[in-house]
Amino acid sequence: MKIVVCVNHVPDTATKVKIGADEKFIDPAGVVYIINPYDEFAVEEALKTKEKFGGEVIVVSVGNDSNKETIRKALAMGADKGILLKAEKPLDSFGVAKALADDLKNYQPDIIFMGKQSVDYDDAVVGQLTSEMLGLSCISNVVELKIDGQKVTAEREIEGGKEVVESGLPIIITAQKGLNEPRYASLKGIMAAKKKEIEEKKIAEYPSLTEVIQMIKPQAKQPGRIVGTDVNAVGELVRLLHEEAKVF
Amino acid sequence: MSRAILAILEQRENKLKKISFEVLSFSKKLSEKYNNEIVAVAIGNEIENLNEVEKYGISKVIHFKNDALTDYSSSAYTDIIFDTAKEFDVEYLIFGDTAFGKDLAPRLGARLNAGCIMDCTNLNLAEDTPIFTRPVYAGKALINVKFNSNEKVVTIRPNIFKAHIIENGTVLNVEIRNISSPNLKARVIEIKKSEGKLDVAEADIIVSGGRGLKGPENFNLVENLADVLGGAVGASRAAVDAGWRPHRDQVGQTGKTVSPTLYIACGISGAIQHLAGMSSSKYIVAINKDKDAPIFGVADYGIVGDLFEILPALTEEVKKIKA
Repeated sequence: MKIVVCVNHVPDTATKVKIGADEKFIDPAGVVYIINPYDEFAVEEALKTKEKFGGEVIVVSVGNDSNKETIRKALAMGADKGILLKAEKPLDSFGVAKALADDLKNYQPDIIFMGKQSVDYDDAVVGQLTSEMLGLSCISNVVELKIDGQKVTAEREIEGGKEVVESGLPIIITAQKGLNEPRYASLKGIMAAKKKEIEEKKIAEYPSLTEVIQMIKPQAKQPGRIVGTDVNAVGELVRLLHEEAKVF
Repeated sequence: MSRAILAILEQRENKLKKISFEVLSFSKKLSEKYNNEIVAVAIGNEIENLNEVEKYGISKVIHFKNDALTDYSSSAYTDIIFDTAKEFDVEYLIFGDTAFGKDLAPRLGARLNAGCIMDCTNLNLAEDTPIFTRPVYAGKALINVKFNSNEKVVTIRPNIFKAHIIENGTVLNVEIRNISSPNLKARVIEIKKSEGKLDVAEADIIVSGGRGLKGPENFNLVENLADVLGGAVGASRAAVDAGWRPHRDQVGQTGKTVSPTLYIACGISGAIQHLAGMSSSKYIVAINKDKDAPIFGVADYGIVGDLFEILPALTEEVKKIKA
């Protein structure tokens, strides 16, 4: 089976975001970059799929040289080969999807995994965009997946429950937390990853369909008051919520 | 006359959800400056409360009907909305930023070569072109964004843009179109509901528990308070990763970003990932025994103390007020 997993290189979730001098991007100074957490579930599912059906797992990332670190992480987990689609400048989600679609159409994977969203821009659209560009099905936000021959049955998380969705291959699956427990890269895996190939390709220029005018910090919430230091404060808290905040 | 706005309504179990009315009011707001026609689109079999659309000042709704469309089908819904967007020369497509809207909106973006601005939390019409604000990095920063594309897809975060009822508005024209053979390449075959409870993503009141609860067996304290308040139960990442609560309850980065009217954090210290996901709540209450816990830095009201005593007492007090 031809399996592709798309990964993104993003600031660690523990990052304190500082706005850069251009007021359009964050200040990258001191920021630690990691594999996008949702992409780890995607890599794990790709590896499980390979273990079941055979074939190879190709890791694809759109970005610059630093993304190789994240590609290596996926290779260390067990993926076979990496592709870096090199972008000269940052792309919006539409551009990322275009770059992926333009490259993957030549390869024609049976199944493409990616995280349901990147924890930087939180758009949660690249899977669905790419699927339409390639004319494939896509099931997003998936927490359980079964592949049976050409048929895919997936459970996707919705408000208050799950939708069980049926579709056929080829397909794009976007992973939600809960889909699996990502494996740790073994020492052997990490060593092996160093020898695995990462192919670099320059991508075309894609126009941005959206434009960031300014990045700003949200209004900081001011600390309120400590109502009390034990159970005796409960009466006053309820009075405040009822009379001042009027929340019930 | 400007080009049209397509307001995409969301139904579940044959009823329009609250977010649908928020989508209508948002569309209405956007249309007021540019005088766009609004076409509301509902897809499903029977939709019991479709006439409620009229209350929000909307005069045209198209109901695409077929038995097989009761539940969501990404392929069929995408085809129908794409055809409608072409028919009405649509400039904007507005969706709610729900599991449904998040899944569907970008598909239309790709088909129409339209930019997508997702999870919008503010609309600024004071400039030459509409400017949309949306959170990034789970709310640690915001971006103001505009479109460079001719067609434009927007999803709006639930509970931010209130649905406004317009008295003596227009008369609603409901047009029913039967869809003979929908494209069911991908379709929902079953919906599994999680046991009874409200979802944190949709709740107006959330009571969340963290490591301070000490174990899953103590979450009944959180549940009881949530019950008397009519709210949902949330959890910190620590509580979810420990297996005390399902992932769907997780609030924060790699969980859900929420903006309820009232958020009560119980035994949650307030890691940066958690604060990012809930700081935009209107009122925040923190109950924690550590007076230096970061959660107190964003709380409107705090009690420094033992939640095992405070939560039952709080539940009782709320019960009295509600009685």
